[in-house]
Amino acid sequence: MTDTAQGSPAPTTLPLAARSDFVDRLRSGSEYVVIPLIAVAISAVLFSMFLLVLGKDPVEFFSLLWRGGFGTAFSWQNSLLRAAPLILTALCVALPARAGLVIIGGEGALVLGGLFAAMIALPLKNALPPVVLMPLMAIMAMAAGGFWIGLVGIMRHARGVNETIASLLMSYIAIAIMNFLVEGPLRDPASANKPSTGPIGEGNMVTAIPGTDVHWGLAAGIILAVILWIVIDRTTYGFALRVTGGNARAAKAQGLPVGTLMVSCCAIAGACAGLAGYFEVAAIHGKANASLIAGYGFTGILVAFLARHNPIVIVPVAILFGGIAAAGGLIQRRMGLPDASVLLFQSLIFVVLLISETLYGRLRIFQPRTEAERT
Amino acid sequence: MSENAALLTVLFAMIGGAIRVSTPFIFVSLGECLTEKSGRINLGLEGTLVFGAMAAYAISFLSGSPWLGVFVAGCCGALLGAVHGWVCKLPRVNDVAIGIALMTFGLGLAFFFGKPYIQPAAPRLPSIPLADWTGNASLATALKVNPLFFVGIALAVFLSWAFRNTRTGLILRTTGDSAAAARAMGVSVDRVRLLATTAGGFLAGVGGSFLSLYYPGSWSEGLSSGQGLMAVALVIFARWDPMRCLFASMMFGAAGAIGPALQSIGITQGYYFFNAAPYVVTLFIMIASSSTKGALASAPGELAVTR
Repeated sequence: MTDTAQGSPAPTTLPLAARSDFVDRLRSGSEYVVIPLIAVAISAVLFSMFLLVLGKDPVEFFSLLWRGGFGTAFSWQNSLLRAAPLILTALCVALPARAGLVIIGGEGALVLGGLFAAMIALPLKNALPPVVLMPLMAIMAMAAGGFWIGLVGIMRHARGVNETIASLLMSYIAIAIMNFLVEGPLRDPASANKPSTGPIGEGNMVTAIPGTDVHWGLAAGIILAVILWIVIDRTTYGFALRVTGGNARAAKAQGLPVGTLMVSCCAIAGACAGLAGYFEVAAIHGKANASLIAGYGFTGILVAFLARHNPIVIVPVAILFGGIAAAGGLIQRRMGLPDASVLLFQSLIFVVLLISETLYGRLRIFQPRTEAERT
Repeated sequence: MSENAALLTVLFAMIGGAIRVSTPFIFVSLGECLTEKSGRINLGLEGTLVFGAMAAYAISFLSGSPWLGVFVAGCCGALLGAVHGWVCKLPRVNDVAIGIALMTFGLGLAFFFGKPYIQPAAPRLPSIPLADWTGNASLATALKVNPLFFVGIALAVFLSWAFRNTRTGLILRTTGDSAAAARAMGVSVDRVRLLATTAGGFLAGVGGSFLSLYYPGSWSEGLSSGQGLMAVALVIFARWDPMRCLFASMMFGAAGAIGPALQSIGITQGYYFFNAAPYVVTLFIMIASSSTKGALASAPGELAVTR
C-alpha cells in the first residue's frame, strides 16, 4: 500500500516526514481494523434492540455470551475446541478468495476428509502403528478434501462453471456419499441409534495439547494459517494468486498460469477443510458419522469474510466465533432463548459487516492527509 | 407383487413426487429468474425459502388459515429480498457475498422464531384430487395436486409473456443487459433491481410455504435440502427463460422423487445416492452448459456469475 505517495516535494526535515508517513500509514491501516469493529458494534446494538423488542435483557445476553465463550478456563477450552475446525474451514474460503474465487463448499470437504480418515484407519488400525497410521489418516483426509475442492477449481477453469454454486453442489454430494457409506457398507453394527463407522481405535486418537483439553488441531490450524499468510503475502506464488484475483484476464495476458493457480489454490484450500474433518474424527468423535455435519464449513465462510480473507486475522476471528457458538447452550438454558439465537447474532454480524464494505475509502479520517493538514 | 405392478407404482409415485417436489422449485426458480433478469443475483433465496416456510407454518397454526400463511410467507420473503436489493445498491457491496450472508440470516431467523412450531400441527393446504375417478389408488394419491402447482405454471407463462411483450419486461431486460443503456432511457437501475429482487423474494417465500404447508407438510429445521440454492443453478440451466425454468423444475422434481419412489416398493439400497441425484444432475448440466469463452448465451449482460 503506497498511501503516502502524495507527490509532495522531497522532505527537507526527514524526522518530520517520517513521522507524518507513520501517521498516514496508521490512518489508512486502521481503516481495516476500525470499520469491522464498528460493524460488530452496530450488529450488537441491532441485536440488543431485537432482544428488547422480545422482552429479553440484552445485558444478560452479552454477559452470558462472554461467560459462555471466554469467562472461565472451561469456556475458553470449549471455544478453542470449536475454533480449531473454524480456522481450517475459513482458510478453505480465504485462499481461493484471494484468487477471486468464492468457494462455499468447505462443509463437504470437511465431511469427506473425516470420512476418508476413518476409511483408511478401519482396515489398518491393527496392522500399522499409530506413528505411521496417524499421519496417513491426515494425509488421506487432506487428499480427499483437496481433490474435492480441486475438482471445483478444474470445473471453473476448464468449463467456466461458477465455482460458488459448483462447490455448494459438491458439498451436498459429499454429504450424500458419507451418509450412504456410513449407513451402508461401512456401518458398524454396534452403532444402533446413530449409524457410524467402526471406531478408529483409542491409540490412533489425537491427544490434547498438554495442560489443556484442546486437541492439536488448534495448533495445526494456527500453523497452517501462518504458513498460508506467508505464502499469500510473501511468495511469488501468492503474488501471482493475488494478481489473478485482481484481474484474471490481465494475469493471463502477463503469462501467469491462471489455470494452475486456480486449481492448486482450490486444492490447498480443500486440503485445509479436509484436515478439519480429520481432527473432528481423530480428536473428537473417534469415528465418522453425521456429527461431522456440524456447520463448521458454513461458519467458516463468515469467519473468512470477517477476517477479510487474511489468514492471520482468521485465527482470532475463529476464536471469537467459536466462543459465540460455545455460549449458545448457556444462553439457551439461562435465558430461554432458542439455540439459534447465536446463529442469528453471527449472521447479523455477517450482514452488517458486508454492508460496512461500502465505507472503505469514503471516511475522511482514514485517508492520507492533504498538504494543508500535514503542516 | 408382480413386476408390472411394482413398476407402475414406481412410475405413479415418481409422477406424483415430481409434481410435489417441483412446486417449490418452480416458485424459487421463477423468483431467481426475475431477479437475475434485472442483472443481479440473489444467492440468499435458500434463507428466504426456509424463513417463508417457517412463517407460513406459524401463521397457519395461529390463524387457522393456510392461505394467509402463504401470503405472509411471501411478504416475509419480499422483505428479505428488499433488504438484498437495498444493500446491493451501495457501492463496493458484493451481491454474491450479501446473498450468502442473507441466506444464513434467513436461516437464523427461521430457526429462532420457528422453535415453538416444530411440535404443533398446523392446518395444511388443500389439494385437488384429479384422478379419484380412475379408481386406481396409487394413481389417485399421485395426482392429488396442490393449487399452487397450477399457480406456478400460470406464473411461468405470464412471466414469459411479460418479459417479451410488456414495457415493464423491456425495462427489466434492458436493466439486466446494460445498466448504462437503462440509465440512458431514464430508468432508475437501482429501483428496478430493488423491485425485481423484492418480487423474487416474494416468490421464494411462497415456495417455502409450500414446503411447510403441503409437502413434506410440517416445519422442521432440516426442511429444505438446498432447493433455494439449486434454484440458482436451475436458472442458469434454464438460460433465464421462465418456461424452461418450469420444465427444469419438473425435471428436478422427478430426479428428487426417484429415491422415495423406489423406497415405496422396498428398494432402500442406495437411497442417499438417489437423494443426491438432483445435485449431480445440476452439476453435470452446469458443466455441459457453461463456457469459458465469455458469458453464456442469453445471459443478462450485467450478471456477476456469468462474467
